[in-house]
Amino acid sequence: MTGINRRRALTLAGVGAAGVAGAAAVAATKFKGDSEGTPEAVPFSGQHQAGIVTPAQDRLHFVAFDVVTKDRDRLIRMLKEWTAAAARMTAGQDAGEIGAVNGIPEAPPDDTGEALDLPPAWLTLTIGFGPGLFQRFGLSAKRPPALEELPRFTGDTLDAAISGGDICVQACANDPQVAVHAIRNLARIGMGAVSVRWSQLGFGRTSSTTTGQTTPRNLFGFKDGTRNLKAEQPDLLREHLWVQPGDGPDWMAGGSYLVSRKIRMIIETWDRSSLAEQEMIIGRRKGSGAPLGSDDEFEEPDFTAVGADGTELIAKTSHVRLAHPDTNAGARMLRRGYNFVDGSDGLGRLNAGLFFIAYQRDPRTAFIPVQRSLAANDEMNEYVRHVSSALFACPPGITAPDDYWGSALFS
Amino acid sequence: MRTTPLAVTAVAALGLTLTACGSSDATSETKTGPIAVAATDTACEVAKTAVDAGTNVFAITNKGQKVTEFYVYAAGDRVMAEVENIAPGLSRNLHVELPAGTYETACKPGMIGKGIRGQLTVSGSAAPLTDDAALLAATESYSRYVKSQTGALEEKTTEFVTAVKAGKADEAKALFPIARTYWERIEPVAEIFGDLDPRIDGREEVTEEGLTFGGFHRIEKDLWETKDISKSGPIADQLLTDVKEVVQKANAEKLSPLQLANGAKALLDEVAAGKITGEEDRYSHTDLWDFNANIEGSKAAIASLRPVLEERDPALVKTLDTEFTNVDTTLAKHRSGDAWKLHTDLSQADLKELSDAINALAEPISQVAAVVAKQA
Repeated sequence: MTGINRRRALTLAGVGAAGVAGAAAVAATKFKGDSEGTPEAVPFSGQHQAGIVTPAQDRLHFVAFDVVTKDRDRLIRMLKEWTAAAARMTAGQDAGEIGAVNGIPEAPPDDTGEALDLPPAWLTLTIGFGPGLFQRFGLSAKRPPALEELPRFTGDTLDAAISGGDICVQACANDPQVAVHAIRNLARIGMGAVSVRWSQLGFGRTSSTTTGQTTPRNLFGFKDGTRNLKAEQPDLLREHLWVQPGDGPDWMAGGSYLVSRKIRMIIETWDRSSLAEQEMIIGRRKGSGAPLGSDDEFEEPDFTAVGADGTELIAKTSHVRLAHPDTNAGARMLRRGYNFVDGSDGLGRLNAGLFFIAYQRDPRTAFIPVQRSLAANDEMNEYVRHVSSALFACPPGITAPDDYWGSALFS
Repeated sequence: MRTTPLAVTAVAALGLTLTACGSSDATSETKTGPIAVAATDTACEVAKTAVDAGTNVFAITNKGQKVTEFYVYAAGDRVMAEVENIAPGLSRNLHVELPAGTYETACKPGMIGKGIRGQLTVSGSAAPLTDDAALLAATESYSRYVKSQTGALEEKTTEFVTAVKAGKADEAKALFPIARTYWERIEPVAEIFGDLDPRIDGREEVTEEGLTFGGFHRIEKDLWETKDISKSGPIADQLLTDVKEVVQKANAEKLSPLQLANGAKALLDEVAAGKITGEEDRYSHTDLWDFNANIEGSKAAIASLRPVLEERDPALVKTLDTEFTNVDTTLAKHRSGDAWKLHTDLSQADLKELSDAINALAEPISQVAAVVAKQA
C-alpha cells in the first residue's frame, strides 16, 4: 500500500462502489470457477458439502453456535454472508471483499489477517443445523424426523455448556492457523445473529476417508477407523452416508447427519494397563492394527475364532466387536474424528481424548444403536468419558452462484 | 495466493482513484505514505520530522526486545494518539489527525517512563474533518455533553471524598458507583490526558513499581475489603485533585469527530473487557453501574454524530438503534429498584447474554469511524 496516501485511500472508499464491485466480480469469478487451479484448494461448491468425504485433513476447528437473533431475515442474511466468506476462504482469499490490509485506515479490516501469506491448506468448511433451530423461525415443519435429540446413553457425563447448538461449522485444514482463521472470521461476521456456544480444536486426524490415506492412530496408540467408509465406495456412501430423496424433507437430500462426541480419555490409567489388556479391549493388534487372530489390518475380524482355551480371540466386550456392522444390523458411518489435548486438568493429568465426528444417512440406524451397544458393554468405558454431544443436519452442497448455506431450508 | 487477488484489487482501485482525481504524480504519493517508525530498546527513529496537516499514519515496527508503545504528544504531553502494547517483532499502524503545530513523538520501550522523544512539526492547512458543518455541530454537541458530565463528576467525587474523610463508610459506599457513573460515561476523553486515567481509575495490578495504588479502586478496596478508611484521607484528597485536573482539561479539549466515533467504540470495549468479567469493581461488585454508564456514554457520542450518520449511512443508524435497544433491554433485566444488581448476583447465562448483546452492538459501532472519515 506504500504510495497510497490517506486522501486517496479515502477517495478509494468514496468511489467504494467501484472498488467493491470490482472485488465482488473477482469473488464471483472465483466462485464459478471454484478454486480450480489454486494449489491446495478444495472446491467449495458441489452436490455434497466438502469436508465429509474430502481426504481427512490433519487439523480441526469445530464450532457450535447459538442463534441469538429472533429475526429470520437477519439469520438468512448472515448465512449468505457466511457462504460468500466461506467460498473465498476455502479458495485461499481473505474473508471479506476488501481484505485484511486494503481498506480505509479508519475502518476495522473485514479479514482478521492471520492467514495472510498462507495457502488454502485444503481448508473445508461444513455447516450443519441443530434440532433447536427448528423450534423457531417457522421451521418446525421442515425438521427431519432423523434430527431428534440424541438419547442419553449409559455412562454419559455430558456438560451442557459444551453440548448441542443451533448451527455448527466444521473447519478442517492441514494448517491449524487456516482452520482457526476461518472460524474466527465466521464468528465475527455472525455477531448479533449467532453467538459461539462452544468450540473445539483437534490436532491430529483419527480417520482416513480415502483409500489413499494410511490409518492414523488415536491417543490410545491404536489405529482408528480401519473399516471407515471411504470416498471410493459410492454404493456404500449412497446406502450409509448421504441422505436420499424420500428419506425425509427434500431439503436434506444429498446431505448427511453429523454426530459429535467429545470423548475424554483417561490416558494415565490406560498407559498403565498391559499391552495384552489394551489389545483385548480394542480387539486389534496395537502395532499392525490387524484384528486379533489375523496379521492383516484390513482383514475382516473373525468373531467365531477361539483360542486354545476355547474362549473367543476377539472378546465379546471388545470395541471392534461391539462397533462392528455385523453386531449392529449393518450400521456404518463415515468417521472423521480428531485427537485433542486441552491443556491439563489440574490433577496432574492431560485433558486429552478424541473429538469423535461421524457422518451418516440416519443416526437412528447408525450412531444411536452402535453407541447403545458400546455404552452398555464396551470394556473401553473404564478409560473414556463422553463429556460433550451434539447432532446436526448438514444440508447438501452449494450448486449455484446465488445459492447459500441453508437456502433450501429457508426457501 | 492470498496476496495476489488482493494486490490486483488494490491496483485496480488505485487506477480508478487516479482517474477520478484527474491529476497526480508519483512524488506526492510517496511523500504522504505511512511514516515508518523503527522502535528499538534504545532508539525511536521516525522517518520524518515534518509532515503535512491532516490525518497522518505512523507505521511502527518494534525491532527491540521489550514491548513498546508509541505516542504523539502535543504541548504539555497531551496525548494526540497512542498505540499500546507492541510486542517485539510486531508492526502496528497509528492514525492521527494533526492540525499545524509542534508535537513530540515518543517510543516507550518497556512501556514505562517518558520514553524516547523526538520533534514533529506539522505544517500546512489540510482541511480538517470539522470543516464539514455537520461534523462541527457533532463535536460541539458532544463537548456540551462532556461539560455536563464533568460538572457532575466533580460534584459527586467531592461528596464521595468528603464522606470517606469523615469516616462515613456507608455513605461513601453508596456514592462510589454514582460518582463513577460520570467518569465512566466520558472515560475515553479522560484517557487522552496521559497519567490521569491510571491515577484516577487504575487497578491494583497496573500500579507501576514505586508508585502507590490510589484512586477510586484503592478507596473501593479500603471500603469493601480492608473495611478500614481511617487512613484513606490522603488517597481521597489526591483523587479529588486528579479529578479536578481532568475535568478542567476535558472541558478545554477540542475533540475531533473521529475521536467521538472511536470513543463510542472504546466505551463498549471497556464493557466487553472489564465489566462483563467483574474485574473492574472487584471489591464492590458494582460493575453494572459502570456498564450502564459506558453504554450511555457511547450512546451520547453516537447521538452527537447522528445527523452525519443519517446522511451518510442510514442503514447503519437503524442497526445501531436496534442494537442499543437490545443492550438496554437485556441490561434492564438486572435492575434492582433505583440500583443495579451486583455482578456476583448474575449467572453465567446472564453474563453470556449481556456479552452477546455487547458484541452485536460493538460490531456495527466499529464501522462508525470509517463512515465519519469518509469524504462527504
